[in-house]
Amino acid sequence: MKTILLTVTMLFIGTLSYGQNKNANASIEVDGVCMMCKKRIEKASLKTKGVKSASWNVDTHELKLIFDENKTSVEQIESNVTAVGHDTKSFVASKEAYESLHPCCKYREEGVVEDHK
Amino acid sequence: MEQNSKNQRIPLPGANVFWLNTTVGTMTSDDGSFKLPYDAAYKKLVISYIGFRTDTLLIETPKSIFHVLKASDDLGEVTISARRKSTATSYLSSQNISTISSTELLKAACCNLSESFETNPSIDVNFTDAISGTKQIKMLGLTSPYILITTENIPSIRGASQAYGLSFIPGTWVESIQITKGAGSVVNGFESIAGQINAELVKPTTDNRVFVNAYGSLNGRTELNTHFNTQVSDKWNTGLYLHANNRSQKFDRNNDSFLDMPLAKQINIMNRWQYTNLQKGLISFLNVRYLKDEKQAGQLSFNPKSDRLSNSVWGSEINTRRFEVSGKFGYVNPDIPYRSLGLQIAYSDHEQASYFGLNEYDIRHKSVYSNLVYNTIISDSRHKVKTGLNATYDRYNELVNSQVYDRNERSVGGVFEYSFDNLDALNLTAGIRVDHHNLLGTFLTPRVHARYTPWEKSAFRVSFGRGKRAANIFTENQKLFATSRQINVQSSGGAIYGLDPEIAWNYGVSFLQGFNVFGRKADLTLDFYRTDFENQVVVDYENPYEVNFYNLQGSSYANSFQAEFSLNLMTYLNFKTAYKFYDVKTQYDSGKLKKPLTSQHRYFANLSYESYSEKGEGVWKFDATFNWLGKQRFSSTEISPQAYQLPTYSPSISTLNLQVTKVFSEAFEIYLGAENITNVTQKSPILSSENPFGSNFDTTFVYGPIFGSTFYTGLRFKLN
Repeated sequence: MKTILLTVTMLFIGTLSYGQNKNANASIEVDGVCMMCKKRIEKASLKTKGVKSASWNVDTHELKLIFDENKTSVEQIESNVTAVGHDTKSFVASKEAYESLHPCCKYREEGVVEDHK
Repeated sequence: MEQNSKNQRIPLPGANVFWLNTTVGTMTSDDGSFKLPYDAAYKKLVISYIGFRTDTLLIETPKSIFHVLKASDDLGEVTISARRKSTATSYLSSQNISTISSTELLKAACCNLSESFETNPSIDVNFTDAISGTKQIKMLGLTSPYILITTENIPSIRGASQAYGLSFIPGTWVESIQITKGAGSVVNGFESIAGQINAELVKPTTDNRVFVNAYGSLNGRTELNTHFNTQVSDKWNTGLYLHANNRSQKFDRNNDSFLDMPLAKQINIMNRWQYTNLQKGLISFLNVRYLKDEKQAGQLSFNPKSDRLSNSVWGSEINTRRFEVSGKFGYVNPDIPYRSLGLQIAYSDHEQASYFGLNEYDIRHKSVYSNLVYNTIISDSRHKVKTGLNATYDRYNELVNSQVYDRNERSVGGVFEYSFDNLDALNLTAGIRVDHHNLLGTFLTPRVHARYTPWEKSAFRVSFGRGKRAANIFTENQKLFATSRQINVQSSGGAIYGLDPEIAWNYGVSFLQGFNVFGRKADLTLDFYRTDFENQVVVDYENPYEVNFYNLQGSSYANSFQAEFSLNLMTYLNFKTAYKFYDVKTQYDSGKLKKPLTSQHRYFANLSYESYSEKGEGVWKFDATFNWLGKQRFSSTEISPQAYQLPTYSPSISTLNLQVTKVFSEAFEIYLGAENITNVTQKSPILSSENPFGSNFDTTFVYGPIFGSTFYTGLRFKLN
């Protein structure tokens, strides 16, 4: 019984002390305009191994992330987001990736941005 | 501060001020000033306010700053031309859930929850009998005991409150209703078979500070609802909700010597406390409710004081008291929002004392419900997991004439539900629960539902699942007491009234497609559900002198098909129509028969129009609801004397309801409506009404409205 209790306590403490790394919070700015963009951005983030939760706000352009720092990094997530065509604060999506976006999601064009306002 | 047209500086209270990329921030006070802690790591200060340009200031050292915001001119005028539908079926959820919003609830001046479904084609609302004025709901061709009805996810209309419980939840208390067709989630229990209905109640933080609703109908019914909500501290809010209704006028329009509707009195009081602490991720509700309801039905000349249980004048009284306490506690980890823990605890004490002519029926039901649910994810938020523990206790004491029925039910269960969402075209929920119940045994309840979107604006859904329940034969079939029928329970040695638990499987498919017709939004829903009973407690009315309860021998099923089409005709004009087909058959002792009083075909249409006004003032709202019901089978009266024989089928019937609302301002509106405006009635709803103590007296052959047309009016007053 004692050993079980001890193991449970150890496990619990273990979770707590590694909690910081395993559930790191980050918030980055990602450009986009619509709900389709939201889906694409969140999907690209979540498909990055180690990302547990991703939620992008269409108004503030803020992408809130929770991820395991042992498995991935903000840079890695950002590069995956840019790979599907969305600029982040520090990275710019390649021309090819941007061109592959649906016409309604072309956030670099002022007209498209105006349309979503 | 803002600068007005005369270049005077005006303080701007309530603006957001925060350090960029941090959570350190504040709001400006009444004089527009603010104070914020400084750290060398902070560089940029952001000041924002709706309608003004957001400014970011570079701050190098801690100092006092003074800043003027410029009104933003790029907001322009916003015209919202698309309106949210008042009833919406989700394109994304894996379950077939439609949500009835508060807007939809206002389309009929519904007095209580049972009348809230009259503008919704998925739910049928019928009178149960010709004397109690009670409305019963049906889904997929099955009566309400097969539907799990919850208030804020706590099972509430069950056990003793099954027969009249829907009329014990005032319409103004309801914020929204979620209807799940077919197998729902396993989280709230194992009892649901046809579907789940959840009513969200108004909450102290979001409801109007003061709300008053008064209602009066020409059928003699008056109602008063008042809500008061107030903030007690920065974390506590409370609301007091009072409801009273009264019908003291006697009506007998069809001259059968019986009241068309019972005399009624109800007092219903609820107090809610809400605790919100978003920093710590805590939210909690505490509810206390007390209800007292009194009904008197029967012959016009009946006087309860002198004629109670006499065999000269037929009368009935149904008196109910209910006390209820419930609490909900929720914790969401603020740093890891996908991890949350919820606990629900509820206690209720329901007491009904009643008699129907010479039949006496009393029930007391005490119930404790507790449910603990933990939500988390596996690897990432595409894989969600819910797991929980559930314990319930029910104590029933019943008196049927001189026979006493007492029983205790205890159950503990564990739940596990997994849902997968690929963030695109597919999601799937699979749940299983294992329960140990002292009378139902130990059993598994699996339920699965999935959604697939093959192309844009569509959703294809499938579901299947199992449900198991103990049938409360008397309270669920109380209408049998208002007859001269002899009650026979054909015991098979089972655990509940000598009968076995009811077990059924439900399978469903549905398809939703949204499209545009001449640039206008439209959608079409087709669904098919089948419920297959492994065991059912058959309620057999096929002998006019008896009602028999026995375990199913053979097959019993309910097939339901529904096609629903809704179209936005003009910006403020919406049309909704539905056709339903039911095939509900059960193996009775006398053969395999259609379920009595269930029409095979039903047609529904609703047209609603709202006039446009820039400020929302002076708006007119018009609503019309049409219902057509095909012929319904009467249970057999073959062996009765000629005078008391009924045809095999009832005639078809159609009703039309209208309502007009005039919104004078945000605070005040008046409505006027007509129920059953074409004055359609069932001519003689009571069999042998001239001889209520004779052996052919029966009030259960009700297929249509008893009262005919009636008009009502009411007002709503809100203060915020």
